[in-house]
Amino acid sequence: MYSQGLIGADGSTNETEEFLAAFQARIDAEEKIEPNDPMPAGYRRTLVRQIGQHAHSEIVGMLPEGNWNTRAPSLKRKAALLAKVQDEGGHGLYLYSAAETLGVSREQMTEELISGKAKYSSIFNYPTLNWADMGAVGWLVDGAAIMNQIALCRCSYGPYARAMIRVCAEESFHQRQGYEIMLTMCNGTKAQKDMAQDALNRLWWPALMMFGPHDGDSAHSEQSMKWKIKRFSNDALRNKFINATVPQAEFLGLTIPDPDLNWDDTLNNGAGGYVHGPIDWDEFWRVVNGDGVMNRERLAARKRAHDDGAWVREAALAHAEKRAARMAAE
Amino acid sequence: MSLYQAVLELADDHLILSHRLSEWCGHGPMLEEDLALSNMALDLLGSARTLFSYAAVLEGKNRSEDDLAYLRSEREYFNCLLVERPNGDFSCTMLRQFYFAAFMEPFWQAALGSSDAVISGVAGKAVKEMAYHLRHAGEWVVRLGDGTDVSRAKMQAAINDLHPYWEELFTTQTANDALPDRAEIRTQWEASVKSVFVQAGLAFPDPVHAQQGGRIGEHGETLGHMLAPMQYLQRAHPGAVW
Amino acid sequence: MTDVTPLWEVFIRPRNGLAHKHVGSLHAADEVLALDAARDVYTRREEGTSIWIMRSDAIVASDPAHADETFDPAGDKIYRHPTFYKIPDEVGHM
Repeated sequence: MYSQGLIGADGSTNETEEFLAAFQARIDAEEKIEPNDPMPAGYRRTLVRQIGQHAHSEIVGMLPEGNWNTRAPSLKRKAALLAKVQDEGGHGLYLYSAAETLGVSREQMTEELISGKAKYSSIFNYPTLNWADMGAVGWLVDGAAIMNQIALCRCSYGPYARAMIRVCAEESFHQRQGYEIMLTMCNGTKAQKDMAQDALNRLWWPALMMFGPHDGDSAHSEQSMKWKIKRFSNDALRNKFINATVPQAEFLGLTIPDPDLNWDDTLNNGAGGYVHGPIDWDEFWRVVNGDGVMNRERLAARKRAHDDGAWVREAALAHAEKRAARMAAE
Repeated sequence: MSLYQAVLELADDHLILSHRLSEWCGHGPMLEEDLALSNMALDLLGSARTLFSYAAVLEGKNRSEDDLAYLRSEREYFNCLLVERPNGDFSCTMLRQFYFAAFMEPFWQAALGSSDAVISGVAGKAVKEMAYHLRHAGEWVVRLGDGTDVSRAKMQAAINDLHPYWEELFTTQTANDALPDRAEIRTQWEASVKSVFVQAGLAFPDPVHAQQGGRIGEHGETLGHMLAPMQYLQRAHPGAVW
Repeated sequence: MTDVTPLWEVFIRPRNGLAHKHVGSLHAADEVLALDAARDVYTRREEGTSIWIMRSDAIVASDPAHADETFDPAGDKIYRHPTFYKIPDEVGHM
């Protein structure tokens, strides 16, 4: 569960015009680029950065929901939540694998994450404070991510596109289980419905921020679009998400926490669409740059898991070596 | 003793161990193992749910699986002490899983022929899951025992830490004809454990006093701390549907 | 001792009768753990009935730089394909 927005990798590249034109011709012909194919350095760098951020988002994204693994209020919810958080781990794994085809190791990417150098979706730096957050995360955060991820299934880089196809197939239950939690709580006691509204109030704006800065302020976006690493603009996906989500909130009987939200008949070639109020981009950049409520704890948790696991990984390698030696001696 | 009580014991073992394993999710030593631990937790949770539902039917008081899981206190839980032991490090978690699966795999094998259709049904599914847990956890016991000096020391420490707790697996307050005799599984359990310990170059320690009490609801102090967060929403909002 | 857990490629047979198909990769210290991990990562939704794994560094791949001479010469051998041959409709399906 990730959405574009942080990409920001420098796509600049210094290959010859001829090389770049030949590469662009392959992209324009919708040919997929595979690991050993010649590619501009900027293309490789952009992908490594984007796939890495995407993978990190999945892995860090395990934490806010994992925060409720031991507190799920029914055995059915307990199973669904654990399966979902486990899926996020699997998605991180698929994505690290896709990035590894570009010559960067999982070990390197992990180092970049835990050192704070790499970015990940800012949404995971917000805390999950009540059970309805499990509903809202599935409904809004996975909902936002899916808009982006479906588009990425057609990304020009083969391994990334294939990983996304797998991710999208698995994620189809995530948003639904989230919405079902919201629905159950909105049909429940007043306290439950209050929790649901509270979760929506806290997560709505961060969910919109997941799509990244407005198109005009989105650095390097144009090159990514041209290379078909990114297939829709930030604003286009954000608007699509809002148009899909507002009626779902109405069905729940919840209020979108945006007093400026209004319908404009003229949008989308006369089909109409919502116009949202101003997004607090200062908050977005503050959280991206490390000063969200949970940034430090998220990184500390990942670092602890990595450091505490070192002796296990070393033991497995040591045993593998001994076993290989024994087998060779036989 | 009643089949209800016997099924409840089994259900409690599975839920508590599943809950413990779920605490690892997002914190495993490597992603691959994070997923493996969650898979095992989900297997156990699946069996727990079927067993709780069956216990509720046997009890006949119109309670649900969730009532049994979320609305009983520490003293009303009958899991063995082994499964509630804190995760400790990865060696401790894997050893606990190995001990449990080395018991449950032959237990479910024997239960396949149970006269009780629900029990034999659960056994048919669970015996395969436990065979995998036994193999996977056993592979790790071997690797950590025969890995580095550090891993070997940690594994041996885990063996010592869990040593007072495995014997309770063979006890029950509720012997029932529909379920295999727990005491009879001891031979198979010891054979599994010894064969893996030999491969791992690990020593099975001399007997110590076996701690017991889980089957009569007398637990260590950690169980209450596990149940408190698990049950808090159900307790704070009586009757709410989630 | 290498300090990096090796990378493995995973191939799954979706059901008997079909070939194993590449599904992704993973890290594991040895082939036993790699098989277990392949099962735990890639078959959680009944994706398969058989798993193959192999060390990624054991794969020998054709060089994209040689793609033209490797693959293009097959392009003009249209006589290898059944549609190259004209059989009158009256003869029926062949």
